[in-house]
Amino acid sequence: MHCLPRAAPPVALAVSRPLLLLKLREGHGLVLAQSDTRDRIAPVQLPSPRRGNANAVPWTGKAASDTDDGSRQHDAAESSTRTAALQVKQEEDQARRPARAHHVRSTGEAEHRCSSPPPATRDMAKFIARQIEDLGAEFCYHKFLPSNKHFHPMKFFTSMMNDMATQPNHTYSSFGVNTIGIIRAPRGDGKEAIVLVTPYNSQRVQSNELLSLALGFSVFSLLSRAPWLSKDIVWLSADSQFGEYSAVSAWLNQYHNPAFFSQSLISNTNTERADIMAFRRAGTMAAALIFKVGETRKYGNRDSVTMYAEASNGQMPNLDLLNVVHYLAVHRQGFRVNIATFSSLLSSACLRAIAEIFQTLGSMLRKINPDWKPDIAVPDYMEGAANLASSMYNQALGVPTGSHGAFRDYQVDAVSLEFSPSFHVRNENAKSSFLLRGGRLIEGVVRSVNNLLEKFHQSFFLYFLTAPSKFISVGVYMIPFALLVASLPIVAAALAGGSKSMKMSAEKSIDVSKENSSADILQSKGGSWKWLQAAKVLLVIQLWAVVVSLLPYFITQIPDATPIQSAMVWAVLAIIILIALYVMFGSPYSTGVEWKLLKATMITAISIGLGLMSIINFATAQLGALIVIPMCLFSRPLKAQSGMNFLPHAVLVVSNICLVVLGFPPAVLLIMKGLSKGSWTSDVGDLWVWMEFLWEWSSATYLYLLLVHLPCWLLCIHVLLHPCRQSESKMKQE
Amino acid sequence: MATPPTLSGRVLFLSFLLILSSTVASESAAVAEEEEFTEELLLRPLPDRKALAHFHFRSLASPSAAAGRHHHIFPKAISQLVQKFHISELELSFTQGRWNYEQWGGSDPMSTSNAKPPGVELWAVFDLPLSEIDATWKNLTHTLSGLFCASINFLESSTSFSAPQWGFKVNEGNLRYGALPREAVCTENLTPWLKLLPCRDKAGIASLLYRPSIYKGYYHSQKLKLRSSQALGIVLDQTLTVVLQPNTASGKQRHSTDGQLQPNWSIRHLFNNKLSGKCLVSKSSRIFLEIDKGIADKVSTSGTDDSWNNEFFVLSSSPDRVIEEVNDLKVQSSILYEYDVNIYSEEKSFDVGITWKLSLLWSCTPSPYHTSRFLMGSGNERGSIALSFLSTNLQKQISGSSDDCSIKAVIFQVVPWYVKVYYHSLEIFIDGNRKTISEVVDKIHVTPSEDKLLPGTLEMLLRFPCGMQSATLTLDFDKGFLHIDEYPPDANQGFDIPSALVSFPEFSSARSYPEIDSSFGSPLLEDFQEDGIVKSYTEVLLVPLTTPDFSMPYNVITFTCTVLALYFGSLLNALRRRIGEEERELKKAGKD
Repeated sequence: MHCLPRAAPPVALAVSRPLLLLKLREGHGLVLAQSDTRDRIAPVQLPSPRRGNANAVPWTGKAASDTDDGSRQHDAAESSTRTAALQVKQEEDQARRPARAHHVRSTGEAEHRCSSPPPATRDMAKFIARQIEDLGAEFCYHKFLPSNKHFHPMKFFTSMMNDMATQPNHTYSSFGVNTIGIIRAPRGDGKEAIVLVTPYNSQRVQSNELLSLALGFSVFSLLSRAPWLSKDIVWLSADSQFGEYSAVSAWLNQYHNPAFFSQSLISNTNTERADIMAFRRAGTMAAALIFKVGETRKYGNRDSVTMYAEASNGQMPNLDLLNVVHYLAVHRQGFRVNIATFSSLLSSACLRAIAEIFQTLGSMLRKINPDWKPDIAVPDYMEGAANLASSMYNQALGVPTGSHGAFRDYQVDAVSLEFSPSFHVRNENAKSSFLLRGGRLIEGVVRSVNNLLEKFHQSFFLYFLTAPSKFISVGVYMIPFALLVASLPIVAAALAGGSKSMKMSAEKSIDVSKENSSADILQSKGGSWKWLQAAKVLLVIQLWAVVVSLLPYFITQIPDATPIQSAMVWAVLAIIILIALYVMFGSPYSTGVEWKLLKATMITAISIGLGLMSIINFATAQLGALIVIPMCLFSRPLKAQSGMNFLPHAVLVVSNICLVVLGFPPAVLLIMKGLSKGSWTSDVGDLWVWMEFLWEWSSATYLYLLLVHLPCWLLCIHVLLHPCRQSESKMKQE
Repeated sequence: MATPPTLSGRVLFLSFLLILSSTVASESAAVAEEEEFTEELLLRPLPDRKALAHFHFRSLASPSAAAGRHHHIFPKAISQLVQKFHISELELSFTQGRWNYEQWGGSDPMSTSNAKPPGVELWAVFDLPLSEIDATWKNLTHTLSGLFCASINFLESSTSFSAPQWGFKVNEGNLRYGALPREAVCTENLTPWLKLLPCRDKAGIASLLYRPSIYKGYYHSQKLKLRSSQALGIVLDQTLTVVLQPNTASGKQRHSTDGQLQPNWSIRHLFNNKLSGKCLVSKSSRIFLEIDKGIADKVSTSGTDDSWNNEFFVLSSSPDRVIEEVNDLKVQSSILYEYDVNIYSEEKSFDVGITWKLSLLWSCTPSPYHTSRFLMGSGNERGSIALSFLSTNLQKQISGSSDDCSIKAVIFQVVPWYVKVYYHSLEIFIDGNRKTISEVVDKIHVTPSEDKLLPGTLEMLLRFPCGMQSATLTLDFDKGFLHIDEYPPDANQGFDIPSALVSFPEFSSARSYPEIDSSFGSPLLEDFQEDGIVKSYTEVLLVPLTTPDFSMPYNVITFTCTVLALYFGSLLNALRRRIGEEERELKKAGKD
């Protein structure tokens, strides 16, 4: 009754052969067929939803009698006979098209890509699903909405549990479709899974994206016949029409934190049954590998692979994963492995000079003792420095460099590989050899992870990369930061102590004649509790910083604001609030805080801030310390008398001003932008865009900049402009 | 230094043996009534181009034989076990791989009683006062551990076994259940299992157990089931269920949707060996080849006379008997082809295979709900266990759609103590709507876990509306901290939550073969006819817990030891060295 046998449908895609090479060629054939002669393939490749479902889960026993052509004709007849008035009803019957039509009507600009009858999204997803099904693997679709980026600066602290709840509950018309294929390990227990991700843009599929899909499919089809698997394999072909990251993170969110109610977000079709819509899972993820084929390079004789590893807030995958990828790519498959770098630094003369100094030093050392080999060649040094700068910058920014960042949010080690083949698109031999080597690389990584009994845990999680195979571990890079921060409490203590003793001596010199008891009272009244005034100033400024950091939440509510306008509103509001707070609580100068105490409190605050930040994101703290600590330590009122000569005094003043300018967050952003992009032109709007960028990715750097850096800078300004008259006037009063 | 026996001694010994054996032979006729051994093998093609082989061996010791101390066929180890621990029922299974409930069926006797969770599962019902059961269970685990070369003794500690009341099997508190999901299964477990058979794997159906092909299979479950009572004696059922991928000649293993023929296979093909006769002491020795209902329907409609040689497939030898299964609606469903191995011998070996003529697509009967279990959340602090039910619309097909009816489901779940489940956080969603507990849960029994003492046990009887498409249950948990010596050797792999068992008491997996009666004497088919409820096991879950850096103490110890060694070494060197003496020695050497 529920086991209806029927003749199998005709073969859709021909042949697979046992060897990887041949398999790869087949995948490669897939690409060509799909890109060149799409209309010819389509009738065979794209089954009606009902047919696909019945094939996928045969035990339901629903005899899928109607063929593709039949259902198509049916559709066509229906649509031609019905009037325009009835169209809405028809849309309700036939699910995903109605949504599209709505979309077309509401937003005209999307018309050209949505109007073609079977939407490209579905075609591609269905094609991939069909291929997966032919391999005997399980598959499912995952529909997702573009994640709307809200202002939630504290998101990185909270769990991701209620992500889905924030989405509005009207149905969306434009959604992405991820296709997921799962191979169950033949003898495995299904506790763990390895994830492979190939992103592609379903709206406009590029030829290189097809190549990466082909690579993914080739590896998947090889693994579907692998008897050695002990972990399940999940292949996610992520629909990156809303960005790679959002597709992958939507899938991961559904995987880890599914919402069991309000399933009607995306207009579901009734024809699609629940079991095909069911989200399929495969155990705890052991590791993930994202790979895509980038633009073809015209130059160079070796295909290269670029590794991206930085996840949000400077988190890195376990170094062992990178080492595995690097080893297999370089020593087995002959790829050149790159990591992200600041190419502008490679041509910097300053860096070259430093490198040359190191090289001459090295050669001198070798002359002294030939056993010492400080082998620092100029190009190596420069490349290492550029890589290190990029690594630190990417970690400090706290924004993931690719969709691997989404995995790290769920404690899964992931790395992105971007292949840049060096052949011409039409060179078939080079293409298949590339697919072979790329496939072998991925297979090698999968084998390595598959054979692991435990999760990656043995190697480093905290490191900077200077080359694909070289790194600076936490033990080394902690030292400069610790030295920088260690100076702060000492200086603060010295300043506080110094101010006290100075005051005491001043008091004593004036009130020699007075009794000791009154001096003690004075000291207890004004001396030891004097820091409370400074602390109050600090608190007011911190309060201001908190308010300023929350302002964008309201500014984003302003409809149709350009970045420049938003930035201006932000700046003006910030200044107004600062003035208002001063009016309410009194300005620092009116309360008569001594500048040394003010500086001591500021230094204490910044050391706490940097210490906290070094736990959340070390690279931010490191870079921040480099900027903030000189600024804090040098800051000194312009009007303060010093026993110095004119020249050192002038140098001090100039350096003070320079550091304060450099320490202003917009100025820092400008410099960072200049370093990363190589162009030094920027405007106010960019600041807003940058800030938006940071909080959209829930980067802790945003909080650091506004809650630690900005108040510190403002306090520096206060110290710099301190009138230095309080103590003297007080003395006179006394 | 043993001296070789003298010739006369050898003759004497041989003659003694001869006499002994002749007396045994004369007695064997009488013994045969008391002790029985049957061997059976069931083969079945599966829809996803695989083949299932189910070996079934039953040894029976009647009560009178059990009373004595000697056995002829029945394994002595087992009878001693039963007598010592007063076991009334016991089941031990070793499994590798997962049973694919979607493809291989979910409501036939094979999947409900022979699909087991990965690793080791052991349960036993004792015929003892309740106070003695826990101690007896501990002894039993150790005995079985030794008997089967497996670490079943890990089930000894009270944190790893539980006493379900009705969720697993209705009992009076004398049942103990334990599972070890991580236990690896290998030949070292199979060998002692084979030793319990009278012919081991030297003769009879067990000789087909070709190790490479068994362990290459997709699923492999080896089970030992004991029943003992005064009336019955001891019944020992040993089963081995394997799902194999027949090697196709073309080397391609593509899915069935592309119109390819199912792979042809035969016994020789699957097990690299033909069957050369039965085990001589066996009462009956049969091989069944089962054709699923899906194909059987097709065959019966095609109207061929010989059901084993029709337009869809052909069997390589004609069956001795064709047994048809009849389901509740008196409609013939699956077909069993029976082959009696009695007539075959070493010279005339037996082989049966199936050759497909047309490509067929069919599917097995699923269980009413497809169940899966997964973990939610991330991080080392907390998470949730979700158990999801997905309707397979079996109910609708059987009884038509009526909205008033409901389907019962029983969940039995054991959770280790370090996964601290908050049972009050149970939430139930049906078709996307949150339901109150009282709407769905009929009966619930929870044994909360105690740190380092007891695992948590959840038994729950649910009632789902018939029209339900999907349901999900979620339970929140906190991850506990373990003491450093409680971590297993590979702690960074994570910790397992054993499979949950979901059973549907209203659905029976029993089959009825009206053509056969009790005199037919096939324990395999008797088992199939037994009224079993539809059960399915969920996946094993892996919970990552916080693990300390185990290598750090080692590093610290190494470094400190090195530093100390260097310090004391140099100190001793400095203290003990006599420079003047050395110089004198050197001078002396120079003079010489």
